[in-house]
Amino acid sequence: MEIEIQVNTGLKRYTAQVKRFQSLIALFILCVTLTLLTDKFLTVDNAWNVMRQISVNICIATGMTLVVLTAGIDLSVGSVLALSGAVAAGLLKNGLPVPSINLFVGFTVLGAVLAGLMVGAALGFFNGWTITKFKVPPFVATLAMLTIARGLTFLWTKGYPISNLGNDFDYIGMGWFLGVPLPVWISIIVVVVAVLLTRQTRLGRYVYAIGGNESAARLSGININKVKLVVYAIAGGLAAVGGIMITSRLDSAQPNAGISYELDAIAAVVIGGTSLSGGKGSILGTVLGAVIIGVLNNGLVLLDVSPFWQQVVKGAVILLAVIIDRSGSKADA
Amino acid sequence: MLFVENITKKFPGVIALNNVSMQLHKGKVTALLGENGAGKSTLMKILSGVYSDYEGRIAYDDRTLNFSHVRDAQNAGVTMIHQELNLVPHLNVMENIFLGREIVNDWGFLDKRAMNQKTTELLARLHLNVSPHTPVSELKVGQQQVVEIAKALLNDSQIIIMDEPTSAISDKEVDVLFGIIDSLRQQNKIIIYISHKLDELFRIADHYIVMRDGCFVENGEMGNANHQHLVNKMVGREINLSRAAEVIKPHQQELLRIEKLCLKKPQRRGGAVLTDVSFSVKGHEVIGLFGLMGAGRTELMEAIFGLHPTLTTGEIFVDGKQVSFRSPDDAIKAGIALVPEDRKKDGLVLGLDVTTNISITTLHNLQRGIFLNEVKEKELAERYISQLRIKTPSGKETVRNLSGGNQQKVVIGKWLAKHPKIFLLDEPTRGIDVGAKNEIYRLIQELAAAGMAIVVVSSELPEILAVSDRVLVMSEGRLTADIPIAEATEDSILMAAIPKNLN
Repeated sequence: MEIEIQVNTGLKRYTAQVKRFQSLIALFILCVTLTLLTDKFLTVDNAWNVMRQISVNICIATGMTLVVLTAGIDLSVGSVLALSGAVAAGLLKNGLPVPSINLFVGFTVLGAVLAGLMVGAALGFFNGWTITKFKVPPFVATLAMLTIARGLTFLWTKGYPISNLGNDFDYIGMGWFLGVPLPVWISIIVVVVAVLLTRQTRLGRYVYAIGGNESAARLSGININKVKLVVYAIAGGLAAVGGIMITSRLDSAQPNAGISYELDAIAAVVIGGTSLSGGKGSILGTVLGAVIIGVLNNGLVLLDVSPFWQQVVKGAVILLAVIIDRSGSKADA
Repeated sequence: MLFVENITKKFPGVIALNNVSMQLHKGKVTALLGENGAGKSTLMKILSGVYSDYEGRIAYDDRTLNFSHVRDAQNAGVTMIHQELNLVPHLNVMENIFLGREIVNDWGFLDKRAMNQKTTELLARLHLNVSPHTPVSELKVGQQQVVEIAKALLNDSQIIIMDEPTSAISDKEVDVLFGIIDSLRQQNKIIIYISHKLDELFRIADHYIVMRDGCFVENGEMGNANHQHLVNKMVGREINLSRAAEVIKPHQQELLRIEKLCLKKPQRRGGAVLTDVSFSVKGHEVIGLFGLMGAGRTELMEAIFGLHPTLTTGEIFVDGKQVSFRSPDDAIKAGIALVPEDRKKDGLVLGLDVTTNISITTLHNLQRGIFLNEVKEKELAERYISQLRIKTPSGKETVRNLSGGNQQKVVIGKWLAKHPKIFLLDEPTRGIDVGAKNEIYRLIQELAAAGMAIVVVSSELPEILAVSDRVLVMSEGRLTADIPIAEATEDSILMAAIPKNLN
């Protein structure tokens, strides 16, 4: 009997090992193929290019991973990204006039960035509040926020881009530090903090417990609502980080920025092996998922594949990744 | 005749059925007896197509039955009326009865008139006086049970399995049910009747089969058996725990006191309301709380634990101080722990490992700065793994892979780590094997000896009698008896538990 159990779990562990590396293997195959097919892929410039491009998605997808681990979803990150970037750009460029008391508040780069981050976190917190207080399903609550935040972005920008934000601000998205683009540094910091959070802190543990079995977590004395509020606020805050990076890189806050970014983030989470039903997954998996999507995008462009086909291929890859993931975990279902 | 031949069924860590054989006769009611965990339910699940991977053979007359799905079993004429009701609450009586077997007309639309007529017939036959269009969620538990029976009758099954069909219905409804069973018997059907209520079995059954620990023990004619004999065969061992109750307990201080606790609206279907429940528990004391399904035992535990703050009224005192819990978190801080009835649904995060499940209640003590101290966490988990003798390859094993008894020990372990003063255990030994059961009984005595106030909720009378110092009985959301263990008998407890005025 006991031997049987051990063999059984041994086998499980083995397949788990294979599964852990299967996306890594897929990425490797993808890179080798692209290297053979085009001589532009394996160059230093292109590598930085890809990494800079995926850094925004990595930030958003990291927040998304936390949300999905609690068995939630955040559809509003694209709009939150746009509003946060626009708020930061607007405050930096135009300041904040308060006519009633005849006051004008000017913003430094740091002040504007912090204000943008706070807007993102506040919107995320609002998501968490409607989800926990009024029991609105996360899908619906964040779908509503997707529209609200987009509308607020248009109101704030009056529908026009806010451009020419100055060299200091532009450094965030375009600058280099120690030979590495700043956005890449930022995404590395975000990932390191998130990995520590999920693996080494109480909050991280609670995130997995809530996603794995919310009822058991509640009965163990965990304050479910507090954890969810924090997680959605983090997701909003990280969307804002992405918004500021994009605004800075383009030297312009576009009212249409970030449309459908939530889908890329969810795709990265899913390809990275995090279960949409919560409780299972990892930040590093998501990073890998984001890299795969980034390399795929880059490769399809280099190969001159039409943008229409690019979308079809991307969708097919997502589907394939999840099917492979499912086929290995039937026993858990 | 239905032949069950050499059936063996294994789950990870447990052999649920061990080479079980039996024969069941047409036109007879066979009582299947055994304690919880004896393997009755597993065997019935195999018969009704829920489990398809097992060793052995099942045959009806000369035909081997091989079901890979419940539907196969139904088509072959086997229907099981489950102990836990399998009805869709938002659908009405008619829709539930015809679920999956709807009558359609030539156009492919639902033939509601035909279904309505058939439903009316069935309900009349079962003396259930409700409209076919009543949503099931508005029916009482007993009435829902009758709807389940109507489903079985619609199937025109040859083999009907009833798992505790009377656990929630009144005497009057029992009479109706027995009338139906009698007519089924006359129609030459095979009826398997599972119940803990021996008196009922003597009234209705022709044969009996006793199972214990996954094995066949004995069969015979019901007329030749007596009460004591059957109980001995079922238990198969003396339950004689040297109870700490016999020892004079030092300094009995009242730790938990409940005054006029009411729970207004049931939280879930089949849930009970509570009316004016008052009792108290002292340190060193084990209270056994008994009640039939739907009596409100679980709701009482949940209400005390702060799970229904807006629906609960009444007063709770811990250590003499009045408290008010708005969440389980508050109750836990006051020193209360709850081992929930359904450990998989409410007690454990099945996908996480043993260590994580044990440490989940005390993570704030296991921190170094803002980070978790994994060394301390591992020590904590290993302490309880060895103290409770949890059988697991390591603390890293996923809880899902453990046997039921060991899973339950993990739940207990996570609460012991919290050092509670008051321990509420809701069905602590449900679905776990005998060895682990005895360990849990012993543990309960040890914890009481150490000074905890303990409430054990159970639907197994032998268990109640084995662990308690005092027995409380609930019926229909009220406390109906408070019996010192010396005076408690199965009869006196059951009398207090059976509802008097249902319908």
